[in-house]
Amino acid sequence: MSIEKQTIENLATLARLEIDDKRIEEISHRLSSVLELVDQLQAADTTSLVDSQNSQQEIQRLREDKVTETNQREAFQAIAPDTEDGLYLVPKVID
Amino acid sequence: MHNFTITELIDGLKNKVFSSTEITQHFLSRIKNLDPSFNSVITITEEQAIEAAKQADQQLAKGNTASLCGIPVLHKDIFCTNGVRTSCGSKMLDNFIPPYDATVVENFKNSGAIMLGKTNMDEFAMGSSNETSFYGPVKNPWATNSVPGGSSGGSAAAIAARLAPGATATDTGGSIRQPAALCGITGLKPTYGRVSRWGMIAFASSLDQGGPMARTAEDCALLLNCMASYDHKDSTCVDRPVPNYSANLGDSVKGLRIGIPKEYFSEGINAGTEKAVRESLAEYEKMGAELVEISLPNTGLSVPAYYVIAPAEASANLSRFDGVKYGHRCDDPKDLEDLYRRTRAEGFGDEVQRRILIGTYCLSAGYYDAYYGKAQQVRELIRQDFTQAFEKVDLIMGPTCPSPAFEFGSKGNDPVAMYLEDIYTISTNLAGLPGMSLPCGIVDNKPVGLQIIGNYFDEARMLNAAHQFQQVTDWHKQTPAGIES
Repeated sequence: MSIEKQTIENLATLARLEIDDKRIEEISHRLSSVLELVDQLQAADTTSLVDSQNSQQEIQRLREDKVTETNQREAFQAIAPDTEDGLYLVPKVID
Repeated sequence: MHNFTITELIDGLKNKVFSSTEITQHFLSRIKNLDPSFNSVITITEEQAIEAAKQADQQLAKGNTASLCGIPVLHKDIFCTNGVRTSCGSKMLDNFIPPYDATVVENFKNSGAIMLGKTNMDEFAMGSSNETSFYGPVKNPWATNSVPGGSSGGSAAAIAARLAPGATATDTGGSIRQPAALCGITGLKPTYGRVSRWGMIAFASSLDQGGPMARTAEDCALLLNCMASYDHKDSTCVDRPVPNYSANLGDSVKGLRIGIPKEYFSEGINAGTEKAVRESLAEYEKMGAELVEISLPNTGLSVPAYYVIAPAEASANLSRFDGVKYGHRCDDPKDLEDLYRRTRAEGFGDEVQRRILIGTYCLSAGYYDAYYGKAQQVRELIRQDFTQAFEKVDLIMGPTCPSPAFEFGSKGNDPVAMYLEDIYTISTNLAGLPGMSLPCGIVDNKPVGLQIIGNYFDEARMLNAAHQFQQVTDWHKQTPAGIES
């Protein structure tokens, strides 16, 4: 099954990934071959399974609602591209 | 000195045959002189290593018995190291200096080990050939026109070239076992939840697991003793006591029931690989083990299931790389959308972008149930195959890879051809089981790996079986041509 250009563009928007028009065809072709591989899953008979989204039987551990971390903002912001007064700077969002 | 195992180095340090400073300097020189041929190390932490070795020597003089005191190791560049660049093989993190240590790194520091540097890897751990790294491909020391395997290709190649006696690595679909097999070394992926993932840059959260690489099972046991720990900062880490993995290495394998999956020996396997693996299984029979044919009928669905689940989880995990708080940021973003889109397009390589797009597709409205939901169900079928098999056998064995190391570029433009490299290793990750690879033969001058898969938390038995094999064979002692031994 092949993927349409519009689909790739929608995916690029969802994934916040800029994709050059020149690359769309190659990407569509490659994604199609992976999806062909993946379509083999449809043939699997999974009717016998009950709750299967948690195949590893894990439960979420909880902890006490107590503050245990120290504030390390300076250390963490030392590696940021652009900061001011403890805030991360990005291009203007609201006009 | 570089031919000593970790076990032998520990002994030598204890008996004052050499010092940690001498060992560390030796390996640092080797990395500087020889690694340009292999490109297995991205960052060398020379000053830190020398200082740490000095401290270790002082500790050793006082009789300090920390388990790996003075032993040099390399860390895969996926583990955050405080103050030391952690790139994950990507331009996105080329300038990323973590302000903290991963739990695995901290465990090694506490055990007295010396960090020599950070190893090369497929970008964001996505690959089976170490061809996708921003820092260039790693070359297999056995044949420099061939891949070392991936994604932990740097760690594997470094050990094969005797640039370090041990290294950390990670495995999501085979990324410890496959490069271990292609480079002729021993590597182990623990049970999911055995080793903390805190500080280990995430690819697919339900599959990722960190583990050791070294030349022998005996050494891997020492490294696993250090790496495995309960960590409350990783909520998927299992709270279960860590046994001493070295304690039972000497046990006999008489009576051990070894399952041989028939699906792992069907078409697609290289004849030389099959022969080497079957001869190795015969060695186990000579030692008194019993070989039992088993079936893992859903093996064929493991690659499709993985290539839905892993990219889906990766697309979520990699959404944090947005140019805002750390890592690469594009120049002159015109607005926030542009900042995100161009930063990510510039920072991520092609394979990573492809996997993000596939993952996004599989999780998007209208497709979630058909793809992700279905893949998780198939995952449960695969897990059940193993549960049933382990009712009849103690361990499962077979080839790690369908064939020895392939040449660069030979998997060409077909991503699926590359994905099929992992056909024997992927099910183990889907089921969360532990798996390891050890050298079991040489075909056309390239190593072949034997894979051992164990039941949940049965790493001690796997290491015991591997160690016993390494007592009666010497594949693990072979050295690539050109590496002095």
